[in-house]
Parts: sequence; C-alpha cells; structure tokens
Amino acid sequence: MTEQQVLSVLVENKPGVLARVSSLFARRGFNIHSLAVGPAAEPGLSKMTIVVEAPELEQVKKQLHKLVNVVKITEMDAGSAIEREIMLVRVRAGARQRSEVLQLAAIFRATPVDVGVDSITFMVTGSPAKLNDLLELIRPFGLVDLVKSGRIALNREPKARKLRAVG
Amino acid sequence: MGMITGAEALIKALEYQEVDTAFGIPGGAILPAYDPLLDAGFRHILARHEQGAGHMAEGYAWATGKVGVAIATSGPGATNLVTPLADALMDSVPIVAITGQVPTYAVGNDAFQEAHTTGITMPATKHNYFVNHVEEIAQTVAEAFHLASTGRPGPVLVDIPKDVLNARLLWKDPEPVAMPGYRPTVSPHPRRVREAIRLIESAERPVLYVGGGIIKAGAGEALTAFAAKTNMPVITTLMGRGAISDNNPNTLGMPGMHGLYAATTAMQKADLLVAIGVRFDDRVTGDPDAFAPFAKVIHADIDPAEIGKVRVPEVPIVGDARLILEAMCERWGDTPTPELEKWWTTIRTWQERYPLRFEQQSDGPLKPQHVISRLRDRADDDAIVVSGVGQHQMWASQYWRFDQPRHWINSGGLGTMGFAVPAAIGAKAGMPDQQVIAVDGDGCFQMTVQELITAAYERIPIKVALFNNAAHGMVRQWQRLFYNERFSSSDLGQELPDYPKLAEALGCAGLRATRVDEVDQVIETMLEIDDRPVVAEFVVDRDEMVFPMVPAGGSNDIVLNGPEDL
Repeated sequence: MTEQQVLSVLVENKPGVLARVSSLFARRGFNIHSLAVGPAAEPGLSKMTIVVEAPELEQVKKQLHKLVNVVKITEMDAGSAIEREIMLVRVRAGARQRSEVLQLAAIFRATPVDVGVDSITFMVTGSPAKLNDLLELIRPFGLVDLVKSGRIALNREPKARKLRAVG
Repeated sequence: MGMITGAEALIKALEYQEVDTAFGIPGGAILPAYDPLLDAGFRHILARHEQGAGHMAEGYAWATGKVGVAIATSGPGATNLVTPLADALMDSVPIVAITGQVPTYAVGNDAFQEAHTTGITMPATKHNYFVNHVEEIAQTVAEAFHLASTGRPGPVLVDIPKDVLNARLLWKDPEPVAMPGYRPTVSPHPRRVREAIRLIESAERPVLYVGGGIIKAGAGEALTAFAAKTNMPVITTLMGRGAISDNNPNTLGMPGMHGLYAATTAMQKADLLVAIGVRFDDRVTGDPDAFAPFAKVIHADIDPAEIGKVRVPEVPIVGDARLILEAMCERWGDTPTPELEKWWTTIRTWQERYPLRFEQQSDGPLKPQHVISRLRDRADDDAIVVSGVGQHQMWASQYWRFDQPRHWINSGGLGTMGFAVPAAIGAKAGMPDQQVIAVDGDGCFQMTVQELITAAYERIPIKVALFNNAAHGMVRQWQRLFYNERFSSSDLGQELPDYPKLAEALGCAGLRATRVDEVDQVIETMLEIDDRPVVAEFVVDRDEMVFPMVPAGGSNDIVLNGPEDL
C-alpha cells in the first residue's frame, strides 16, 4: 500500500467545488482515502482535509492548484500534525459482555451514546491510530456498524511560538 | 439607461470584451440571446454543427491570438461542443463557450434538451460557470475571458438558464477580475534564470526544445534572439511549428514519432535540453525512460503542473515564455556566442544523411509529399495552414516551411479528426486578408464537411487541399506495419463521394488532380479562386507511409527512416 499523505485544502465555498476536486482525482488516477469538508475560519471559504494515497504528491498538489476555486494547499507534516477523526461504532454487547465492553471503551475515552438490548454505540474521537487500536480490541465482541468522519488535520504551531506541548 | 434583459446583458458583456466574431447555432434555451444578437456590434457566423462552431472558435483563436467565442443551446447543443472544448484544453486554446440551459425551475427535472452541461464539461474545460442570477452575467463573462486568455490559456464555458436570460437588470460594467485561487506566476525567478544560463554556458551539446507555449506567449522574437546568442539548435514541436522560422539555420524542425531524424536524434544525444513551453508529450519523447538519456533538463512553462510531470528537470522555471526568454537574453548579455563546432558538425551530418525524402515518378501515382511541396512553393508567404489529423498532418508539418508564428494550426494533443475545415473557417474569419489553406485527409474531411456550407454562405473563401487516399491513412499505415496488413475498416472507397461534385453542391468550387502533370494547374486554379471556398482533391498513393517513424512506445534511439528500415 502507498503511504498516506494529508492535504489541507482551502477552497471557495461555491457549488460544484467538491465535484471538481473529486473529478480531478478520478481523472488523474489519484486515490482518495478520506475527505472531510466544512466551513473554514475565513467567510466564504471551506476547508477540505484530504487523505490521499498517491506516490506523486507534488503532482496532486500542482493539479489541485490549477482548479480556479482552490485558494491554498497545505501539506500536513507527517507524524507531527494534529490529526483527528470521529468514529461512531456499534458493538454487540449483551448483558454478559456489557461491563467488559464499557471498561474497554473507557480506556479509550469512548462515550456510550446509545445502549440497546444487545448492543452499545460509542462515540470516540482521536488520532486514526487510536481509533484503529480500539477497533481491534472490540472487534472480537462483534462489530454491528461503524462510521468514520474522515480525518481532519492542522499543522502544529512552529516550535518557537509554541506555549506548551499539549496532545 | 433603463432595465435590460439578461440576454441583452450577455451581448453587452461580449461587446465589453471586444468580441468581433462569434460562432454558433441557436436553439430553444439560448433563443433569448439570439434576439439581441441581431443588433450586436459583432459578427455571428452560423455554423452547421456545434462541433464546427467550437473548432471555428479555436481556429479564430489560433490565428488571431484573441479569445474565440462559440455559442450553443442546451442539451445536444452543449454536448456537441465537448470535443472542441477537450481539444482546446489539450492545446491550450483560449475559447469561451456560451451555452443556454433549461430554466432554473426545470433544472434537474430531465426537461426537454436538458443536459448537465457544467458536469459534462468539467474535465474538458479550464473552468466553467453556471449562472444563477441575472446580475452575475457580466462579471462571469469577464472572468471567463480572463481565465481563457491568461496563464495557460484554455477553454471556459458559461452555462446560462433561459429564465436568467429573460430576467431584467440594470447594467453595471464588470469589476476588475480578482479571483483568490487564480494567480498565475508570470515573471520567472531570477535565480532560476541564472542557474539556467550557467548550465547553457557549460553545455557542449545543448538543444532548445520549444512548443506551443512560445506561440501563445508571443515569444517568437525572444526565442530567435536567444537562439542567435547561444547558437543552440532549435527543435519545434508539432504545436510549436513557426515559433522560429524554418529558414533560420538553427532550426531543425519537428521531433518525435514522425519527426525529422536530426531533430529527434539531437535530443537523444544532447547533454542539455532547454525545454520552453512544451510538455514532454509522448509523441515527442517516445519511451520516456529512454528519452534524452544524457541530457540535463531546464524546463520552463507557465503551468507548474507540467514541470516534473514526465521528466524531473535540473532547473525548473515557472513563468511566461516571453519573459523567461527575455530574462535569459539579458542574463546572457555579451557573453560570446559559442561555436559548438563539434555538435553542429554532427547535426549537419545527420541532416545530410537522413533528410526528408520521397520519390515522385512522373507517370506513377501521386505522392502526397509532392503535392504539399508544390502547394507550399506556390502559396502566399504568409498563408495560414490548417490541418486535420493523420498522415496529411504529419506531411504538412514536415514539408511546409513556416516563417512565423500563428501560421500553422492543427489539433495536436487531442488529435481531433475533422478539425481542419471548421478551424480554417475560423482562422479566415479572423484573418480575412490572409490566404487560409486547409490541408485535409478524406477521412477527416467527411467528419465536418457540412461546414463548407457555412463557408460558402458566409462568404469565407477558404481553400481545402484534400488528400484522398481512400482510407484512414494513418490507421492503414499501422495496420500495414503492426497488424499483418489486415486493413480492418480503414477503407473509405476511392470514388465515394465524388469530392468536386460534393464541393459544388455545397457552394464551393471543386477541382481534382489524379496525375502528376495535373497538380500545378489545379493548385494554381485553387489559389486563384477567391470569391468562394474551393476544394481541390488530390488522389494520392494510398500506400505511401509517413517516415521517419518511431513506433509507439519505442525508444527514440531507433528511428525508421523509410520502408527499408522495417
């Protein structure tokens, strides 16, 4: 598998921009792993966080730049950028497994958001690695359903300006 | 001034962009715009098919350097424009297409003649617009023209629903265009220019490899000056023919799949490629891994995405080709012009040993190269040559001698058969005082022949030199070489149609030459007739093949110079 890279793309909030971005990826044969989009800090702009699996990241960035509605592209620093994802996961948990599942979830600060007769739904946020770790541990109980928001990311402040290291 | 309709605003917006000619076809959704068009301050040429209108806009843009305009209705009108849009995108031709759309309240309901035009044309345009509000028309048209003509030029489409055209507004001049995501880099970085010059100064076998970017940037003079200062051989790609005069002793001509041996081989043996306004197309490079193996590369282009796409250069330069060449000339300054004696001796040897060649027997079948040569020698010096796609295109590029930019028009990247006739009409509409000659093949000709009616009706006297080999010639050549001479569906029939009769029926003069001794007379008559379009059919040897040839995907080290090399 090709390594994943994360791009933060500032785009004009106009109809069809998402289609332009995804059409470009399809045409050039670049693979999108995940894509999350929402309003940016600046009015009229949206920010897309795109996780790509493309050996030629430079070419991806250059082609994206050619889209008229793309304002700015920032490449996330591998390893050091703040990367988060939200996940809703429904696990099989009858009366007998319930406490065990809840204990496990607590370690990951996963919040139960819905409890049924034989399943519990958790919401969990964190780095992609954390979410995957949790998934692996609860998989044996039985995954009923799963949805991920797609990764969002910001680069960290440069060292000199950083006040203190927080997670 | 009182309220006007969106349609009137559209025409006014086109006038505001100083449009002098537009090509199009009316229809339901665009009908509101055709009413004020009757009083517009520019000429509208009624094409017979929207594809024709699109290629006319392209030909106009190629010949004049201005933005070409095509107008079509919704649905099939818009989808018929897709081919010229894709063609213009590949060849960086500045055109603006205006399409009507079904009314906004009907959009998405599968209304009559509805197609998702902006969706369909998204990957075939530099950018496209859907106009939601009548107040946006003038600004959108201004942005479309700006996008089409600046940076790397290209096609832009503006889709306007019928109710928006019918809505009323108070006209306001468009504001200066400011788009946060569109700021092409024009001026080259001085450090890159210094690095480039340093490489050129120390090169022993340098080559200037230039293409369409030179012509778009108006960089021909700067290129000629730089070639003179540095004494570098210059190779002009299919898109760059005429960027520098073919009469300039430094010019080696076209490289690549059907390029001249000396041009192709000079790149293979070079120690430095100075690539400007080119994109290392596969028709130029052959197998990219075997291309110019000894060369360092300086790659200059207005489009950063072209740099490093195929070949990672030692020195990348982003910017306008003219500014880059001027900066390079200035940086070179009074440095003495290098002799490059050994390099030039080698190149001259290749040129002498492997020139273009063909044999025309006086009683044998007519050779297309002979016809092109005779036509070239008799045509006006400033004639514009427009070509279709295939064998005739390669022969035209090989045998014509272009003296200046914008005198060679063809479909390079997309390879659109049927391009020549409508593009020639567009070119002639833009440059009415120049001779415009379409060099076309019979396969191409049949694809857009109806536009000859447009030419006759609108009194646009283009000249078509039609090479009839009764086949899709390039397909036939490949079938001969790579498919055991199994000529599957490439035969077009020698006397079908009767071309001179067809031409006459379409309002043109029709001529025919089948024997060598008829050629000169037919050419003379063809060049004389100037009150209507003329089609001169040359019945040529269907077994003639284009050489030199580098088989597709092969290394440019192995050039077939003729059938004896097979």
